[in-house]
Amino acid sequence: MSSRRTLLKSATALVAASFALSGPVFAEEPIPVVATFSILGDMVERIGGDHIELTTLVGPDGDAHVYQPTPQAAAAVAEADILFINGLEFEGWLERLAEAAAFDGSLVVATTGLEPIAFDEHGDHDDHDDHDDHDDHAGHDHAEKEAGHDDHDHDHEHDHDHAEKEAGDDDHGHDHADEHAGHDDHEDHGDDHAGHDHGAFDPHAWQSIENAIIYVDNIAAGLAQADPENASVYYANRSEYVAELEALEVEVDAMIATIPAERRTIVTSHDAFGYMAAHYGLEFKAPQGLSTASEASAADVAELITQIKDEGISAVFVETITDNRLIQQIADETGAIVGGTLYSDALSNKDGPAATYIDMIRHNAATLSQALGS
Amino acid sequence: MIWDTIFAPFAEFAFMRRALLGCLAIAVGSTPVGVFLMLRRMSLTGDAMAHAILPGAAVGFLISGLSLGAMTIGGLVAGMIVALGSGLVSRMTALREDASLAAFYLISLAVGVLIVSTRGSNVDLMHVLFGTVLALDNAALVLLCSIASLSVLTIALLFRPLVLECADPQFLRSVSGLSAITHFVFLSLVVVNLVAGFHALGTLMAVGIMILPAAAARFWAAAIGSLILVAALIAIIASVSGLLLSYHYSLPSGPAIILAAGIIYLLSVFFGSVGGIVTQALPRRHIET
Repeated sequence: MSSRRTLLKSATALVAASFALSGPVFAEEPIPVVATFSILGDMVERIGGDHIELTTLVGPDGDAHVYQPTPQAAAAVAEADILFINGLEFEGWLERLAEAAAFDGSLVVATTGLEPIAFDEHGDHDDHDDHDDHDDHAGHDHAEKEAGHDDHDHDHEHDHDHAEKEAGDDDHGHDHADEHAGHDDHEDHGDDHAGHDHGAFDPHAWQSIENAIIYVDNIAAGLAQADPENASVYYANRSEYVAELEALEVEVDAMIATIPAERRTIVTSHDAFGYMAAHYGLEFKAPQGLSTASEASAADVAELITQIKDEGISAVFVETITDNRLIQQIADETGAIVGGTLYSDALSNKDGPAATYIDMIRHNAATLSQALGS
Repeated sequence: MIWDTIFAPFAEFAFMRRALLGCLAIAVGSTPVGVFLMLRRMSLTGDAMAHAILPGAAVGFLISGLSLGAMTIGGLVAGMIVALGSGLVSRMTALREDASLAAFYLISLAVGVLIVSTRGSNVDLMHVLFGTVLALDNAALVLLCSIASLSVLTIALLFRPLVLECADPQFLRSVSGLSAITHFVFLSLVVVNLVAGFHALGTLMAVGIMILPAAAARFWAAAIGSLILVAALIAIIASVSGLLLSYHYSLPSGPAIILAAGIIYLLSVFFGSVGGIVTQALPRRHIET
């Protein structure tokens, strides 16, 4: 945790330094940036547009949990002006890569400022029932907190919007510096939070659209700081994209609303949907933990099967990035159908059903509502 | 109470029964091979071969995903190449078997890691290393049981030459042309059993169920027939208790099974009736001898 904090601090320092030192940047040259995985890459692409040259390290259908960096990846990182990462220890391999590649650009942590969901991954079988109750409770709490947080965030956004317009007119520097300070507070807050909690955080924050908007804000701010000349373009792209995301949220809300209350327990292969669960009052269950690199225990699988039978859960879902034999086995044993494929940690290929973040969220919500909806 | 602890998990859940059947097949199939490996002082060969299988399984995976057939065939081919290659080099040159095997398996392992790393970000091949004993489907079970049957039958057919190879390979070579054939068939059995094992336990753990019961059995029996029986029994006990540990204490299944075998081995080292440390230290009645 402390190393992450160091990374964040140094990133902050680097951002500040690069801002302080950067003179006018020639807008004709697209700035080289790196995003760690496909979902983040898609967002960066939307904000950066033609002004950036994006390299995405873990491509479509790739699993960022167990990624092994190649020399090309190191080269891309070394040349990049900005490195966009998810944070919350999603890319465990990144620190070493950034250090090995002597990365000296600015680091933008996309999850900066959002309220992470703590995830305690201990498996004391006897306590499981209590544990579940506790989880439910925690989930609701987080949902409320997130909602609260969100209101706050929307206010914040409006402030940003004002700041942008002013920035466009006159004093570029001060506004950005202020904004940056604002972010700093957020970072510190997050770190304090991390200090209190013992468990790791669930890194799959992009599964909630509200969080995606925070991602987009962070991306836009990062790009604007590295490339102030085009700041207005980035913020315009941001506004356009956020509007699309908000429209998407309305659409997804309607789809999820068709799932009746008693069918809101969803079984999938690894724990990637915590944020979506907290937001929509869904409950996700998975035999594998947060990371795909762990091996399931018989106790977890047995618990899942018992729950599926007891609650009459009718469908289980597979994911693109994981080994689905276990979930298939569970479906066979319980008589549940495999309701479809969810995209959790990676987008699909261009031709697939989840080529962009928006497509992915829409596809997941549609898959869930088709299999479980009334 | 006993019912709840030991039988209920298997009675209640089909996946536990499947895991148990898979483990039993591996226990019966691979422990005799493990006993012969141990008697021929080739215990580490099993480990080397397990690594040698990796590139084949990886190629199979890349060609057709997590397909049982492709990964089995790939693993077999890679294992056979290493087994035959190292065997040939050691028989045709001055290089000893252990050195040539080490050379071949390291080459194979490097190829495997290369393949896994270039394409490995695409669905994790970690499952080849870890295995999925809880997710054995019908095809996998049929494969495991077939391989176990084949392995036991082959050992029965070649029992005499195999024992001779352990006891006095020079003699076997001088009286029979079977020596070379026996050796290669035996190495093939090692490969086949490891390939079966990796579907359930993963390449890293498959060697454990082959070698640990054999090593533990050495402290309970001396004759080769009883060694094999005791080893198979130990493997079965380890499989059952490993699965139950995984069930009751929420532990990953593969390592739990191997750890159960490891605990039995350690207990045997101390308390085994044939040369266990404690047993040796106890005062003996000399009248019997």
